[in-house]
Amino acid sequence: MEERAAVDAVRDTTRERGEMHVSRPTEDTLLVRLSGSWTLHSDRPTVAELRRQLDAETRVQRVTFETSGLTAWDSGLVTFLRNVEELCRSRQISIDRGTLPDGIRRLLDLAAAVPERQGARRGVARDPLLARLGKWGIGVGEAVSEMLRFIGEAFLAFLQLLRGRASFRSSDLALLLQECGAQALPIVTLISFLVGAILAFIGAVQLQQFGAQIYVANLVGLAMAMEMGAMMTAIIMSGRTGAAFAAQLGTMQVNQEIDALTTLGISPMEFLVVPRMLALVLMVPLLTVYADLMGMLGGAAIGATMLDVSLKVYFHQLQEALTVKYCAQGLIKSAVYGVIIALAGCMRGMQSGRSAAAVGQAATSAVVTSIVGIIVASATLTVIYLQVW
Amino acid sequence: MCAAMTTAAAPIVVRDLTMAYGSFVIQRDLTFTVRRGDIFIIMGGSGCGKSTLLRHLIGLMPPAKGDVFIDGENFWTAPPETQERLKRRFGVLFQSGGLWSSMTLAENVALPLQEYTTLSPGEIGEIVSLKLALVGLAGFEEFYPSEISGGMQKRAGLARAIALDPDILFFDEPSAGLDPISSRRLDELILELRDSLGATVVVVTHELASIFTIGNNSVFLDADTKTMIATGDPKVLRDECPDPKVREFLTRGEFGRQVTSAVALNASEHRAG
Repeated sequence: MEERAAVDAVRDTTRERGEMHVSRPTEDTLLVRLSGSWTLHSDRPTVAELRRQLDAETRVQRVTFETSGLTAWDSGLVTFLRNVEELCRSRQISIDRGTLPDGIRRLLDLAAAVPERQGARRGVARDPLLARLGKWGIGVGEAVSEMLRFIGEAFLAFLQLLRGRASFRSSDLALLLQECGAQALPIVTLISFLVGAILAFIGAVQLQQFGAQIYVANLVGLAMAMEMGAMMTAIIMSGRTGAAFAAQLGTMQVNQEIDALTTLGISPMEFLVVPRMLALVLMVPLLTVYADLMGMLGGAAIGATMLDVSLKVYFHQLQEALTVKYCAQGLIKSAVYGVIIALAGCMRGMQSGRSAAAVGQAATSAVVTSIVGIIVASATLTVIYLQVW
Repeated sequence: MCAAMTTAAAPIVVRDLTMAYGSFVIQRDLTFTVRRGDIFIIMGGSGCGKSTLLRHLIGLMPPAKGDVFIDGENFWTAPPETQERLKRRFGVLFQSGGLWSSMTLAENVALPLQEYTTLSPGEIGEIVSLKLALVGLAGFEEFYPSEISGGMQKRAGLARAIALDPDILFFDEPSAGLDPISSRRLDELILELRDSLGATVVVVTHELASIFTIGNNSVFLDADTKTMIATGDPKVLRDECPDPKVREFLTRGEFGRQVTSAVALNASEHRAG
């Protein structure tokens, strides 16, 4: 027991060492004596020391080695020798590999057996600013044309649907309806209720100053019906469903499932994109109606608890303020948002690269694209409504 | 270059085909013919463009230059309806099976039948069972692709590829990842399909055992010169092709070693004599 403890102590305190001695046996030869333990764990000299020695000596033409004192070696020695070879090659000094142990020589030969493929090493040189700007611009142009092409193909596929000839599975559509519609109810409930409550709370602070807190009902009702219901629902669905579509289609792309559809003559647009578009166009407006209602209830809750606006009064105000026109405006927006979410999700999915990271990027990109699309559509439709309605 | 015989109404004729991604050329000036009933091997070193060539033949990628004729019709200049009609005569087995992961094996095999025939669901079910039984997967109809092994996924993919009794079958690396016995069984299945269905088969592979067992015509693509360097029966190429690269490939490097040792022997004899 004591012996073992003593041995362990010695092992801990002495780290293995490798040593190198350089001498000049003849005018043009440098002799490098390697001894000790040249392993990855040991303290060993680096090629920089040899470089210093070479700088100190002049007119060296050959390097030879003497390795009889070597007790152990592994990749540590092999990498050192590769660096030495590199150094000597750059100074036009030849190396006598024959003086190295057999195993090391064979490893060095093996590493040099297949010449480095020209052009395979990727440089980190960055293009000048103008070139990068140009490439970015071209990239944007290509992205826009890709998007337009996708939208066009999706539209054509949708026309096939209207003609009754789109080929997708109705079981797929049913599953999508359930996933986009019924399963989204809990989160839509929570968020819309809270948004309605927040709107009521913020409005109440101002309205109370004029004793006009009864109009909180108008505020929440109109805000939800005209814009907030549709937009909050759309943003929820974009994160929830748009990303899911992108991930699904991206993974199908990686597994060659979409190629399999194409070679069978089944259009991926009709089979995959149309049911998803249809599901969202049907479900998002329905969810929006539900969200509007939940928002108004949220406002009612705040009104009843904080503002002494009784439920009866609240709903009477709502009835007065809300008209079909305002509700319709919100619903039309929601349908447009649904299309945008489906298109963005499916497009990013089908454009996805072939790796796990790429699928993740596709999902992220789908959400960002749909949110941007939603905001742009909202602004556009608002302007249109102002002009024509 | 070793040439093969051509026939008039060949299922696939490729002429001066050049494949490129943008300006990066993968292969150029490919010209070969796949005869009816051939088992045609597309082979070459890794990265030479074998799978890309397959994609050009099955309608997934248009050529940068050149033509692909399917049964005499120029595929890539034909209108979409003609292309769809021609594609329906293909059966394709992708490298990882290409099964639709959200559908069961039965649904996977049934989809082409639902799309292109007017059979009743009952009849389709019978055909699905038959195809799965042919590939040795009877009883696995209700399994999802994620629930079966890689070899079984390939076989299911094959069942789907033969669902419509196609004239031309394409296999992308069918033996990749299979153990030797499964690989042999797959070879026997391919031969059986060619004999019973009368199909023409195009296989992308570099499994030498399979190449010699099933192949009777081939094209060899070279990654360095970016063009084809041989066509013909693989066994003939192995023994007689003038290009050493082809013979080295088909003998798994043996030819190269024999040449080196023969040269060394000659050199030593020369020195001694």
